[in-house]
Amino acid sequence: MSNIKKAFGNGKAFIPFITCGDPDLETTGKVVREAVANGADLIELGIPFSDPTAEGVVIQGANIRALAGGVTTDKIFDFVAELRKDVKIPMVFMTYANVVFSYGAERFMKKCVETGIDGIILPDIPFEEKEEFTEIADKYGIEMISLIAPTSENRIAMIAKEAKGFIYVVSSLGVTGTRSEITTNIGDIVSVIRENTDVPCAVGFGISTPEQARKMAGLSDGAIVGSAIIKIIAKYGKDSPAYVGEYVKSMKDALR
Amino acid sequence: MSKGRFGVHGGQYIPETLMNAVIELENAYNHYKYDPDFNRELRELLDNYAGRPSILYYAEKLTRELGGAKIYLKREDLNHTGSHKINNVLGQALLAKKMGKTRLIAETGAGQHGVATATAAALLDMECVVFMGEEDTKRQALNVYRMKLLGAEVIPVKSGTATLKDAVSEAMREWTSRISDTHYCLGSVMGPHPFPTIVRDFQAVISMESRSQILEKEGRLPDAVIACVGGGSNAIGSFYHFIPDEKVRLIGCEAAGRGIDTFETAATVNTGKIGIFHGMKSYFCQDEYGQIAPVYSISAGLDYPGVGPEHAHLHDTGRAEYVPVTDDEAVNAFEYLSRTEGIIPAIESAHAIAYAMKLAPTMDKEQIIIVTVSGRGDKDCAAIARYRGENINE
Repeated sequence: MSNIKKAFGNGKAFIPFITCGDPDLETTGKVVREAVANGADLIELGIPFSDPTAEGVVIQGANIRALAGGVTTDKIFDFVAELRKDVKIPMVFMTYANVVFSYGAERFMKKCVETGIDGIILPDIPFEEKEEFTEIADKYGIEMISLIAPTSENRIAMIAKEAKGFIYVVSSLGVTGTRSEITTNIGDIVSVIRENTDVPCAVGFGISTPEQARKMAGLSDGAIVGSAIIKIIAKYGKDSPAYVGEYVKSMKDALR
Repeated sequence: MSKGRFGVHGGQYIPETLMNAVIELENAYNHYKYDPDFNRELRELLDNYAGRPSILYYAEKLTRELGGAKIYLKREDLNHTGSHKINNVLGQALLAKKMGKTRLIAETGAGQHGVATATAAALLDMECVVFMGEEDTKRQALNVYRMKLLGAEVIPVKSGTATLKDAVSEAMREWTSRISDTHYCLGSVMGPHPFPTIVRDFQAVISMESRSQILEKEGRLPDAVIACVGGGSNAIGSFYHFIPDEKVRLIGCEAAGRGIDTFETAATVNTGKIGIFHGMKSYFCQDEYGQIAPVYSISAGLDYPGVGPEHAHLHDTGRAEYVPVTDDEAVNAFEYLSRTEGIIPAIESAHAIAYAMKLAPTMDKEQIIIVTVSGRGDKDCAAIARYRGENINE
């Protein structure tokens, strides 16, 4: 069984997204450990990118703060290696294709294995372009996570059949960011996924409240939350770990 | 390899949310490009609305003063709305209309593509929203007013460097949030497939005309074709029908800003490396970790950290050359062409003129250069005056 799959063995999974280096790596480390202590099942670690085209203003802000603080891909690998000494739950990277491509996909995936990363999400790599990265990721046992969107329709089966790790179901049109309402029929999307694979699926984009998380995870295997956590980090900075821990607990409790 | 490749470049590096939209666009384009009614309507718009064909003008005084090759100017500045951008916009707007879309969104740098899109939207009764870097809305205030006058909404983009790259990012974000009634009218030969191909096909009218015009005037092909390159739409349009004529040198002029040995440059082919951004694989100005560089040029239209994938491929194969031209050289050419020929070029086009001024004197009098004047320079007068230390009220 893949390490990522284990994240879905403890009821509905709660997956927080945290941008590495926002505001600094020391704080990111504390935030991750607080999230783990309060019930997070898998951690999505963002490697910041200068021009994150799939992100709304909240996560764009985290990317800018992290890069301004001087974080780099190499520093993040060192940070993950350190984190792995005590963090046992699965961790995946979320970043943009150019970060991996410019580092060298082979060198990047090798570093992922060495430091203890289990998977990678690249929102600007659709099904048609994935082979360039999956060929190398597969070689190193890094699972590349597929995304399915409200507009995927006739593409869902094709994507699901080749999915690994878990499937990231994008709840809404547009970019990341908290939303008061999610109108996509997630149940219909998940039922097509289920017909084609037993890889677990988690819903992300727009989720911020325990009620939304319970509803979305109820229709799938878990909930992914990014912007709501980034807002807490933006507000409390170095003091944010305890607040994030409290928030993660409230979200995971809603999923139990 | 995926679709839409030019050698290793191109492809479709976009979020899953947009995949069905680009597939729908590709299918529609493949259908309508052979549709006689579509082509008749587009021809009608190009001839009787945009004012095509654009003239190929023999710049006799310029030729005499430079004392070398004969210089012809392909006058895209004389098109309706003042630049080559209208060629592509009329094609895409008509296509979008056929697809049942009622709303156009666009990015713009200098404002020429935004103005062209706002114009087409006004003519074809479509809604129009233009994203423009906040920095550029200041540099090109006149074009912001023109777009509003034409009924478009202009959204100043504050993220990143608040220039063209950020306007593209924001237009892409907007498209992912509203696809069903909206067409993203991309202004250059960049972005995910099929945009680089669609935009090139609509701009290829430039070289289709100039090739037959020069054969008619001179009875022979030119020795060199020169055009400025930001994303590269007027350049690919100027080159396209000459690509099989291997003796014709194809020269793209990149914005070097304050010089390619400084960080204040936008010369992508000369200073960038291969990467993946804005939906395509191509050359980009970036740091060692793949973070996109904050580029600079006096020209808002060339101030972009990437280049279209077909240009990247033409560079790789050696079929086209890409040369850097600095702010200083471009401003000198802007003034020189104005004085010599009575033609005020866009500051973007002045980059191509600047290189022609260097190249022509090194060539024989029997040789021929075609330079594309991609747009007119009225929009740039205030900025150039400022560059020369003079403040004029627009």
